Amino acid sequence: MQVTLKVFRYNPEVDKKGHYETYQLDVEETERILDLLELVKGHHDGTLSFRRSCAHGICGSDAMRINGRNMLACKTLVRDVGDKITVEPLLGLKIIKDLIVDMEPFFDNYKKILPYFINESPLPADGKERLQSPEQRARFDETTKCILCAACTTSCPSFWGSDDYLGPAALVTAHRFIFDSRDESASQRLKIISETSGLARCHTAYNCTMACPRDIHITKAIGELKLATLTGKVD
Amino acid sequence: MTNVHQFDVVVVGAGGAGLMAGLYASRGAKTAVISKLYPTRSHTGAAQGGISAAFGNTEEDHPEWHTYDSVKGSDYLGDQDAIEFMCNEAIDAVLELEHMGLPFDRTPEGRILQRNFGGHTNNITGKPVRRACHAADRTGHMILQTLYQQCLKNKVNFFDEYQALDLLLVNGKAAGVVAVELATGELHTFHAKAVIFATGGHGRIFEVTSNAYAYTGDGAAIVFRRGLPLEDMEFFQFHPTGIYKLGILITEGVRGEGGVLINGKGERFMPKYAPHVKDLASRDVVSRAIYTEIREGRGVNGQNYVYLDARPDSVMKYAAADGRTNSDGSPYTITAEELLKKLPDIVDFNRVYLGIDPMTQMMPIQPTAHYTMGGIPTNKFGEVVIDEKNTVYPGLYAAGECACVSIHGANRLGTNSLLDLVVFGKHAGLRAAEYANQADFANLPDDPTAEARAQFDGLRNGSGKENAFDISREMKKIMFDDVGIYRNEKGMKSAIEKIHEWQERFKHVRISDTGRIFNTELLNAWELGNMLEVSEVIAECALNRTESRGGHSREDFPNRDDVNWLKHTLALKKNGKIEISYKPVIITKYQPKERVY
Repeated sequence: MQVTLKVFRYNPEVDKKGHYETYQLDVEETERILDLLELVKGHHDGTLSFRRSCAHGICGSDAMRINGRNMLACKTLVRDVGDKITVEPLLGLKIIKDLIVDMEPFFDNYKKILPYFINESPLPADGKERLQSPEQRARFDETTKCILCAACTTSCPSFWGSDDYLGPAALVTAHRFIFDSRDESASQRLKIISETSGLARCHTAYNCTMACPRDIHITKAIGELKLATLTGKVD
Repeated sequence: MTNVHQFDVVVVGAGGAGLMAGLYASRGAKTAVISKLYPTRSHTGAAQGGISAAFGNTEEDHPEWHTYDSVKGSDYLGDQDAIEFMCNEAIDAVLELEHMGLPFDRTPEGRILQRNFGGHTNNITGKPVRRACHAADRTGHMILQTLYQQCLKNKVNFFDEYQALDLLLVNGKAAGVVAVELATGELHTFHAKAVIFATGGHGRIFEVTSNAYAYTGDGAAIVFRRGLPLEDMEFFQFHPTGIYKLGILITEGVRGEGGVLINGKGERFMPKYAPHVKDLASRDVVSRAIYTEIREGRGVNGQNYVYLDARPDSVMKYAAADGRTNSDGSPYTITAEELLKKLPDIVDFNRVYLGIDPMTQMMPIQPTAHYTMGGIPTNKFGEVVIDEKNTVYPGLYAAGECACVSIHGANRLGTNSLLDLVVFGKHAGLRAAEYANQADFANLPDDPTAEARAQFDGLRNGSGKENAFDISREMKKIMFDDVGIYRNEKGMKSAIEKIHEWQERFKHVRISDTGRIFNTELLNAWELGNMLEVSEVIAECALNRTESRGGHSREDFPNRDDVNWLKHTLALKKNGKIEISYKPVIITKYQPKERVY
């Protein structure tokens, strides 16, 4: 089928500001938007720049705005979006070149919430695994799925309007550890996310949940964190 | 000289092996990890089904059984001392991951839950054994996240989005690495006492692959260009179940949970090829079976695919026929809800890419290029060894998929790759730090970035007659068709001629992007050069080996030939030509015998 692909372009070494280029492509409706970008890069304009790696929605490299919504280019097919396709970089992060944005602020926020397992208690005497029931494991299952693609954080109006909001992705990771029965630093993390740049900035817009390519119910996870800060309970 | 960094240990690559190496090396020495991707983008994250360790949490199991299964799986080409070492370390390695917080699925008693996987058996009954420890069907994702997180906790130095271009070797010792910073286009020299390559595989040379775009054989190509050998490059694994045409991986865990393969006539065909373990035979066996079905006209609708059936009713029907039971001896049952919980990503991939629901429909699958068994030769401590006597190259280490220990021999068992990268990443890191603490820095060459600049200049100044994208497409197709699952002399000779043609054409590529910032066109073209390099080695080694073993299947030499070929291949580049020599396989407990599943 014939599709019209409109792509945001910006080359910092040449352009003062961004513009759009339009490409007419003959593609299958089952092709990924990433396949279209590769086709443009291979045959129309080699300078088109974007990140990608796994090409099946698991590495988180190619989050971008497709027809106005944050999606992974490798997990969105032509038939999902129709024959008029506009591709733009994520909002709220500095555009470096074409579809590539500066991910450093995103990862800096991630690093603020102690994104690692903390348990300084002695290991079980038998040297084996720390026991965890299937129910305890299920408690934080969903938030372990996060691939740090930034689709959620860059869809959030509070993130756009703020210099220091941690953003949904960092909160998702906080949830993953706070509700892990084996982790011992829930109170420390709850303190961090209770500060002004944390939970208080979430106004329940649900954009993050809509944007998540891993189907994580982010708004619900953030709600559980809010409740935990009020009750001090993380069961 | 600008942009020179000095570290005791430099790790190239930040997947599971690189992160594990970085974590361990940084405890004993000043360490940097450089990666062309953000670490969490690495291909370890795509691994699905599990990591093996003979805990016996739900049924009897032993590291010796794991060792034997891996030796047999390797078609007796794996080095048995190293395999035994890995399988013995497996239990502690998986426990260490759990202690680092990895969220494994759990048994009712709260222990790590395990599932069946191809080629892993109870050595007494010959039946499949539950050995694969898992976190749903995203075990690799959880390993990658957990290790990255622990590296952050331990303040490992990361250089994200730095592409390694060259390895510096001075007077027979490793001296460092040259890399380009993608954000600026600037070259950096990492002066080091020890260098660890953990750069992954090269499945992107094939048209249908489960591998990430990043899997372009950079590490193998860099080492090879610097005059060091590559081992057993003819052995490449084709995973039986990739999504038709797309190649996206459908974990063997689907069959571990009871899924079966069905041909175009609606028949379950694996019992013909592997009467004992059927759909859970090792990957080379299952991939060949699928191809044989297709070739003999039993693909679905005459096309190049068959079905993977994981509908709960089918699973229970075949489980009953096989006499499959739960660990308490009760008949095996499963519901759609349970399958969804065990395999959420598989369900998701099918819905997104095929628009089908695997709970009610069968999945169209075909074998997909999946894993690089060969690579940079190492011993079991991750030290790079350069000849038939296993002479260690001072200061140089490799681990994970880019390395060839050899654990996997001619065919890797599922779950052993994750185990490989945790065990050997750790030991490479430990050894490298130990070495760096007693070694001096080798002097850098006068112009360390010269070779990297020359390669980039070539791509900037070619005649422009040729397009890298077109060469790449042709390469992938021919490599898949002629140097893929089935191989013969005629096809491979013709492929080698074509590879030489592409290499000539590659010299005429000129990239159009003249910028410095994120010049991904330049990098992709450079990666194509690496793929052409490793393609040539693979094809030459595969043509040279006149037998069939594991993942290497010759139509013109259909049998394994232990008299002449029970040996590793070493390929070396000399004066632009590939020279092949051999080294013995280390056999300790298990004498080669016929391989039946």
